[in-house]
Amino acid sequence: MLLRHTSKEVKEREGLTINPAKTCQPIGAMYAALGIHGCLPHSHGSQGCCSYHRSTLTRHYKEPVMAATSSFTEGASVFGGQANLLAAIDTIFAVYEPDIIAVHSTCLSETIGDDLQQITRKARDDGKIPEGKHVIFASTPSFIGSHVTGYANMLTGIAEQFAVSTSAKKNQINIIAGWMEPSDMREIKLLSKKLGIKIVLFPDTSDVLDAPQSGKHVFYPKGGTTVSELQSTGDSLFSIALGAISAEPAAIALEKKCKVGFETLDIPIGLTATDRFIMKMSEVANVSVPDEITEERGRLVDVMADMEQYLYGKRVALFGDPDQLLPLTEFLLDLNMKPVHIVSGTPGQRFEKQMRQLLDERSPETNFRNGLQADMFLLHQWMKNDPVDLLIGNTYGKYMARDEDVPFIRFGFPILDRIGHSYFPNVGYSGSLRLVEKILSAIMDRQDRDALEEKFELVM
Amino acid sequence: MEKITILEGRQKQIFEKKSGVEQLDISCDTSSLSGSVSQRACVFCGSRVVLYPVADALHLVHGPIGCAAYTWDIRGAVSSGPELHRLSFSTDLQEMDVIYGGEKKLYHSLIELIEQYKPKAAFIYSTCIVGLIGDDIEAVCRKVAKETGIPVLPVHSEGFKGTKKDGYKAACHALMQLIGTGSTENISKYSINILGEFNLAGEAWIIRKYYEKMGIEVVSTLTGDGRIDAVRRAHGASLNVVQCSGSMTWLAKEMEQKYGIPYIRVSYFGIEDMSKSLYDVAKHFPKRTDIMEAAKQVVSEEVKELYPSLQKFKKALTGKKAAIYVGGAFKTFSLIKALRSIGMSVVLAGSQTGNKDDYARLKEMCDEGTVIVDDSNPVELSKFILEKKADLLIGGVKERPIAFKLGIGFCDHNHERKIPLAGFVGMYNFALEVYQSVMSPVWQFAPRKGVKI
Repeated sequence: MLLRHTSKEVKEREGLTINPAKTCQPIGAMYAALGIHGCLPHSHGSQGCCSYHRSTLTRHYKEPVMAATSSFTEGASVFGGQANLLAAIDTIFAVYEPDIIAVHSTCLSETIGDDLQQITRKARDDGKIPEGKHVIFASTPSFIGSHVTGYANMLTGIAEQFAVSTSAKKNQINIIAGWMEPSDMREIKLLSKKLGIKIVLFPDTSDVLDAPQSGKHVFYPKGGTTVSELQSTGDSLFSIALGAISAEPAAIALEKKCKVGFETLDIPIGLTATDRFIMKMSEVANVSVPDEITEERGRLVDVMADMEQYLYGKRVALFGDPDQLLPLTEFLLDLNMKPVHIVSGTPGQRFEKQMRQLLDERSPETNFRNGLQADMFLLHQWMKNDPVDLLIGNTYGKYMARDEDVPFIRFGFPILDRIGHSYFPNVGYSGSLRLVEKILSAIMDRQDRDALEEKFELVM
Repeated sequence: MEKITILEGRQKQIFEKKSGVEQLDISCDTSSLSGSVSQRACVFCGSRVVLYPVADALHLVHGPIGCAAYTWDIRGAVSSGPELHRLSFSTDLQEMDVIYGGEKKLYHSLIELIEQYKPKAAFIYSTCIVGLIGDDIEAVCRKVAKETGIPVLPVHSEGFKGTKKDGYKAACHALMQLIGTGSTENISKYSINILGEFNLAGEAWIIRKYYEKMGIEVVSTLTGDGRIDAVRRAHGASLNVVQCSGSMTWLAKEMEQKYGIPYIRVSYFGIEDMSKSLYDVAKHFPKRTDIMEAAKQVVSEEVKELYPSLQKFKKALTGKKAAIYVGGAFKTFSLIKALRSIGMSVVLAGSQTGNKDDYARLKEMCDEGTVIVDDSNPVELSKFILEKKADLLIGGVKERPIAFKLGIGFCDHNHERKIPLAGFVGMYNFALEVYQSVMSPVWQFAPRKGVKI
C-alpha cells in the first residue's frame, strides 16, 4: 500500500501538514489571468515558482501555459525586486507583445516588501508601458490562504484596474466566474445565450486552455475576456459572483468602484444551485426561462428519479476547494447520498460557517474541517475509521482510493491523470447530469465487480 | 514565414553551426533574463529532484505550502521498498511564522514525523522565505538529530540563491554529510557507486544488473531507489560512475578529494554510450580481464537482441529531423547519437543548464546548420522547430503540448517518462516511443508545422 504510512489513530498535529489539500496563492492568480485575452501572467519571484505553476497547469490542461518570471537572484532579494520587475516589463512588451501583463507577487517578493502598486506606477511614469497596453497586479503571498485566495485576489485586481463607469449603463450582466474549468465557463455562456441575456463573463479560460490543434503555437489563444469587455463591466446592470470565496471579492471591488450591485451565488453545480442561478439570471435580466432550459432540468430530475435506488445512502468522502465543495455537498444530499467526510485546505470562517450551516440542517454528523491541518492525511485517517463507498476529489485522491479500494471520481484541481475536465462541464443541468452519470458509473461498476455470481445483474 | 524576434540579450545564448563561423562563444551558466518565459526551475527544485528518490528518508519542506505541493510525487523515481518519499510533508508556513520565525514549527514537525515514521535520516529543505526570515535551520537540525539519534540534514535550497544547478550542489552537500558514516566492511575491491541515476521507471535496476553481470559490486545508487545505509557506506567503493553530470559531478569531485575515489562520466542512453559505460568501468579494473570479457558478453548479448528490432523503426524514421531541449547538456550528446542510430538527424539541440565545455562539445557533434540554445523559451523553440522543419521534439512537461500544437511528435526524456529509456532495453523503448509519436496517424488529421491542411 502506497500510503501504508498513514496511521488510523487521529492525533492533533502541531504545525505539520501532510499531503496538502491546497496549494499556494500564485498559481490561482496565474490561472485567473489566463482568462483575460492577450494577457501574459507574470510571477514576481524566483524562477521556480513560475516553472512549477506552468508545469502544474500544463499537466492539468495538457496545453502550453505561458507566463513570465522576474527571475529573482540573491541581489534582488537583498535590494528589492523593483529593478527586476521594471526590466521584465521592458522585455515582455518588446518580445512577447501581450496586451496586458498581470503581475502577481510570491512569498519572496512579499517578504522583502516589494510594493507592486508603486512599481507598476513607476513603470507607467517611466513610459515603460506602451500606449494601449496595461500592467495590472495582485498581491498573492503564498503564506496566506491558498490557491483559491490567489485566484480571488487576481480577479479583484482585474475588476479594480479595468472597470470604468461612464454615465451610460449597458444592458448587460457581469458574471464573475469563481474557480471553474474552461468547460464550465463555456456552459455558463451557453446558458446565458439560451436565456437571451447579454453577459460579460470574466475570467474566461475557454478557447485559451482548451485550444484546438492548429499546427501553430499561439502565444495568446483567441479566448479570454477582452480589455474592452472588462472596461464595460463598470456600466453593467448587475454582477453575479459565482463563489463566495473565489469570486465575491471581485464583485465587491466592482461595486465599490463603479456602483454595480451584485449578488453572490454558489457555482451552479447540482440541481438546486443551478436552479438558483437560472432564477437569479431571469430575475435580474427580467426574462422568462425558456422551455429548452426547463427541459434540461427535467431530464436531470428524471435521471435522479430513475436511479434513486442506487444512490440512496451511499457514503461519500470529498475534498477540494470551498466554492466547489459547497454546491457539490448540497447536490450529494439532493441525490440522497451521504457526505461522510469533507476536507478543504483552504482556510476561512466564511466557508466554515456556510458548510456547517448546510450540514447542521441536513447531515449534522458529517466530519468536516478546513484550513490548517485539514489535509489528505487527515481525510485518509477519517476514511480508515469510518469507511466510504465513494471518494471525490483531485488526482491526489488516487492514493487513498487505491489503498482503501474505494471508487474514485476526479473532481477539482489539479487533475493530472485524466482528461475531460476541460471539455465537459460540471455546472448547469447538463453538467450536473454528467456528474450523476459519473457517480453512478463508479458505484455500479463497483457493484458489478464485487457481485457474487448469483447476484450479478444484467439489468440495473 | 513570419519572423519571430529573439529576446534581446539572448543572442549570446543561441548559436547556429555554419561553416566559416569558428567561434562558439555561447553564454551560459547565467540566471535567466527578467521577463523571459524561461523553461527553467529554481534551486529548491534542483535539490528536491536529486534527493527525492531516497526512499527511506524523511523529506520535509520548510516553507509555504506551494513548494511541497508542486513537488509531491511528481517524479516517477521508483522504490523497491519503502514509499515514505512519496508523501508530502510541509511546515506550511503562515503569515505569523514569517513574522515570528518558523523554527518552533519546524522542530515540532520534525519530532512528530520522526517519532511516527522512524526514518533512517531526514532532509530539511529551506525555501525562499526561510532564507529571508533567518530561521536557524542548522541549529534546529542539530537539536533534533541529538534528540532522535538520526542524521537530520539541512538542505540549503532557497529558490533565489542561484539556478537549479546550485540546488544539485546543495543536495550533494547534504549527501556528503552522510557518506563516510557507515561501515565499509566486506565491500569488494571491484565496486562502484552509480551516481546521477534516479531510477525513473526503474532504470537504475536495469543498469545495476548489467554491472552485476560483469562481477562488479554496486555499493550505492545515488539516488535512485536510494537507501540511507547504502549512502553512508558509499565511500567504500573503488569508482564513481557519474551520469547526469549536471547533478552529481560535484559530489564525485568531493568524494575524489576526500576519499580518493576516482570518477568517470557515462551515459546510459543509446547503444554506443551504454556500451561505453560498461567498457569504461571494466577498463578501470585492468587486472581483472574477466570483467572486460563479461562486459563484452553483456553488450554482445544485448545488442544481438536489440539491433534487429531497431531496423523497423530506422526504416520508417530515416531522414526525419529532431529537436532536443532537455535539462542537462550531457544527455543531449547521447540523444544525438541515439537518434542517428535510428536514422534521424538533429536540427536543434539545447539545454537548461549546460556549461561552456558542454556546448563546445555539442558544436563538435552537431551537423551543419544545427541550432544550439541555452535556457530557451517557447517562442524560440517554436520558431526553430518550424524553421528547421523538425518532426520530433524531445523535452519535458512544459514542452510536450507545444510540440503537439505544432503538429510534431514528442518524447518525454524528463521526469515524466513512463518507460525506461536507459540501457539497451531503454534504447528499444526510446525508438518505439519516437516511432509511435512521429508516425502517429493523428498527424494526418492535423495542420502541421504552421501549414493548414
